Amino acid sequence: MGEMEQLRKEAESLKDQITAARKAVADATLPDTVSSTAVVGRVQLKTRKTLRGHLAKIYAMHWATDAKLCVSASQDGKLIVWDTLTTNKVNAIPLKSSWVMTCAYAPSGNMVACGGLDNMCSIYNLKGKDGNVKVMRELAAHTGYLSCCRFLSDSEIITSSGDCTCLLWDIETGTQKTTFAGHLGDCMSLAVPGDFKTFVSGACDFTAKLWDIRDSNCTHTFSGHESDVNAIAFFPNGNAVITGSDDATCKLFDLRSDQELITYQDSSIMCGVTSIAPSLSGRLILAGYDDFNVNIWDSLKAERVGVLAGHDNRVSCIGVSTDGMACCTGSWDSFLPSFSFKGQDNVMRLCKQNKQQYL
Amino acid sequence: IFIWFPYSVVIQPHSNVCPSLQIEDIVSRLQDEKTGGVPIRTVKSFLSKIPSVVSGTDIVQWLMKNLCIDDTAEAIHLGSLIAAHGYFFPISDHVLTLKDDGTFYRFQSPYFWPSNCWEPENTDYAIYLCKRTMQNKARLELADYEAENLARLQRAFARKWEFIFMQAEAQVKIDRKKDKVERKILDSQERAFWDVHRPVPGCVNTTEMDIRKCRRERNPHRVRKSVYGVTDETQAQNPANTTQTARKPTREDVQKEISFLNTQLDRHCIKMSKVADSLMGYTEQFMEYDPLVSSPEPSNPWISDDATYWDLEASKDPNQHRVKKWGFSLDEALRDPAGREQFLKFLESEFSSENLRFWLAVQDLKRQPLQDVATRAQEIWQEFLAEGAPSSINLDSHSYEVTSQNIKDPGRFSFEDAQEHIFKLMKSDSYSRFLRSSIYQDLLLARKKGKSLTGKRLTGLMQSS
Repeated sequence: MGEMEQLRKEAESLKDQITAARKAVADATLPDTVSSTAVVGRVQLKTRKTLRGHLAKIYAMHWATDAKLCVSASQDGKLIVWDTLTTNKVNAIPLKSSWVMTCAYAPSGNMVACGGLDNMCSIYNLKGKDGNVKVMRELAAHTGYLSCCRFLSDSEIITSSGDCTCLLWDIETGTQKTTFAGHLGDCMSLAVPGDFKTFVSGACDFTAKLWDIRDSNCTHTFSGHESDVNAIAFFPNGNAVITGSDDATCKLFDLRSDQELITYQDSSIMCGVTSIAPSLSGRLILAGYDDFNVNIWDSLKAERVGVLAGHDNRVSCIGVSTDGMACCTGSWDSFLPSFSFKGQDNVMRLCKQNKQQYL
Repeated sequence: IFIWFPYSVVIQPHSNVCPSLQIEDIVSRLQDEKTGGVPIRTVKSFLSKIPSVVSGTDIVQWLMKNLCIDDTAEAIHLGSLIAAHGYFFPISDHVLTLKDDGTFYRFQSPYFWPSNCWEPENTDYAIYLCKRTMQNKARLELADYEAENLARLQRAFARKWEFIFMQAEAQVKIDRKKDKVERKILDSQERAFWDVHRPVPGCVNTTEMDIRKCRRERNPHRVRKSVYGVTDETQAQNPANTTQTARKPTREDVQKEISFLNTQLDRHCIKMSKVADSLMGYTEQFMEYDPLVSSPEPSNPWISDDATYWDLEASKDPNQHRVKKWGFSLDEALRDPAGREQFLKFLESEFSSENLRFWLAVQDLKRQPLQDVATRAQEIWQEFLAEGAPSSINLDSHSYEVTSQNIKDPGRFSFEDAQEHIFKLMKSDSYSRFLRSSIYQDLLLARKKGKSLTGKRLTGLMQSS
C-alpha cells in the first residue's frame, strides 16, 4: 500500500509542477494582446438554401471537400447526399439502423460513412460500378454507440464512441489498427487537422484530448469545461482547438502553450453547445446551441457578432465548407415522441454571407 | 405557488435534460417581488377575477434589465425558452412561448419544475385527461388533440381502464376540497405541466433527450414517481441501472498517468503572448480570404449565382489573389495545385526538384490502396534514397537510418521521418528563394511574360540593319 501512496504523491507533485509551468508561460492573456484590435463587424448571414427531405431529427452533417456536396444523417434512417447548389438529392441511402448519430464524407468524395446506436461504422461506396450505392464495410468493434467518424483517406477512418475510446481503422481490411483509450467518459466528437498526423476528441469527462495517430499516445489533455464536451474542431492554423460544451460555453485551447486561451460565454446563454465550426480564417467561430440558435463569435475578442435564428428546434450540427463560403446547419424537428403526430419537416439551412459591415 | 403532494423534491444539478440551475435561479428572482421581481397581480375580468398573473411585457422588461440584454428579440427568445421548459405559461393558451405584450402569464409551481426530473407515464396522463372530462367546467374542456390522445389511451389501457377511472375520480374528490381561487391556479399549473410533457402538436418537445445522453442515468437511485401518487405494479419501474462505476485505479493506471504527466512536463510550452500574437497574425493574414468576413471578388457565388469566383480558384492560371496566398507559408503554396506546379518549375530551374518530387511521391503513397503500397514504397526508395539513386535526396544520417529500417517492412508511413526532414529543408531553404524568384514575382505582380518593349525594339533594330 505504501507504494500506491508514493505513486499517487508523485502524480500529484507532477500535476502541481505542470500547473506551475503553465502559469509561468501565461505572461499575457488573449484579450490583453488583442485589446487594440477592433471587433469584427456584425455578421449577418441569410438562409440561401433550405434542404428539405428528412422526416426526423437530423443528427449530423459533413461537407465534401468540393464545397458543393454534403452528406446528412437523420433518425428517419437515411443518409442523404445533397447538391447544395441545386438542393437536389444526389443519393438517398437507406440505413440498416435508423439510430444514426454521425456521418462523414471522404476527402476524395468516393465514400461516406455513418454510425450510431448499432455501435458500428458503415462505409458506403458512392462510386460503385453500377451506380448503386452499397455498403462497402461495416466496422464493428466498439462496445458503445458511434458518436463521430472522420476519414483520413479512402483507406483509413477514425471513430469515436460511447465506450470512451476512439479507434483507427483500415477500411480495406475492415480491421481496427489502433485504439486510443484514456477518456473517462463517452467520446462525443472528434476532429482531424490538415496534416492527418494527430486528431482531437471531446468527451463526457469534460475534457478534450489530442492524440498522436502513429503511436496512439495522448499528448495533451485540456480541462476547464464544467460539463460534457459535445463538439470539437481545429482552429485553421492547426495549433489550437475549439470546443463546445453542455456548460453553455465554448473554449479555445492552444496546443503550444498547453492551456486555455479564452472562453466564449454570455450570461444570457444558458443552453448547451451542440456543434462548432470555425470560419476559414478562424476569426469567426460558429456554434450551434440547444436553444435553437447559432451564435457567431469573434474568436479573438470573444464577443458575439451575429446570431442565426432560423431553426425551430435544437441545432444539432454545423459545418463550414472547405472554401469557407457557406455554413450549413442541421436541426431537430418538433416531432412528438409519445403520440405520432406529424411534426414539421426537418430542415437544413445553408447560410451564406449576406452583407457585412466593418467598424 | 403551492407544493401539492407529499413527495420529496429531488433537485438534480447539471442534468443535461433539465435546464441548468442557472435558469431556475433567474426564475426565482423573476417572481420575487420583494427583491425587484415582476409585479404579480390579480386582474379583474368580466364577472370574475384572474389571480396571480403577470404580463408578457413585464417579463421581457425584467429580463432585459436584469440580464443586461439590449435586444428585445433576444429577451423574447430567452423568455420563450424558459416558457418552453414550463417555468411560466400563458393562462389562455397551450403554446408555451413569451410575447412582448399584455398577454397574461402565471408562474409554475416549483413542484413541477424540470429539475425534479419528471418523466410522467402515460397512465398519469390518462388519469389527468380522464379527470378533466369529469368536471363540468368550460375551461377544462379537452382540445381536439387531447380528445384524440384520450381515445388512444383508452384503447391502449383497455384492461386497466377501471383502475384509471377510479384514480381520476379520487383526484376530482381531492380537487373539490380546495378553495376556488386555489383550484384555478392549480388547474392551470397542472395543465401547463402536461403542455411540457405532452406538447400541443407542432410545438417543440423540450423534454426530448439526446439519445446519446439519456442512456446515462445521473441519479441511479431515482425511482420514477407518479404525478398522482399511483403506486401500480404494472407501471414500469426504471430497470436497475447499470452505471459505469469507475473501477479503482491500479498501480499500472497510476504509473501510466505519471508517464503521461512527465511527457506533459517535458514539453516545451510557448509563451501565451507569443501564441496570442501568432493567432492574431494568422487571422489577419487570412481574413481577406475568409468569405464570411470579406466579400470575395468578383462576387460570392451563393449570393450572385455567378460561379466566376469558383472558376478562378480552380483555374490553372492563378490570379494575384491566389498567388499572394502562396507567400503565407510553404503549406499554403503546396496546397494549391498551381502553387505546387510553379514551385516545382522553380526548383527544376535550380536543379533541385528531387526534394519536392520526393515529398509529392510520399504524399501520393499515403493514398495508395494497400495492395500497391509495398511496390510503390520500393519504387520511391529506389528513385530517391537507394545508393546510386537517380534523384538522390539529402537526408541526415539519423533519418536515413530510420527510413532504411522502415523500408524492410514497407508501409504507407515508412517515409514519415524523411518527409518531415525534407519539408523542413525546403521550408528553410528553397521556399524563401522561390518567393524572391522571378517565376513567383511575375505571377504576384501580374507581369506579362515574353514580349517586353526592349526585346521588340532590339528585334526591330536587328531587322532594319
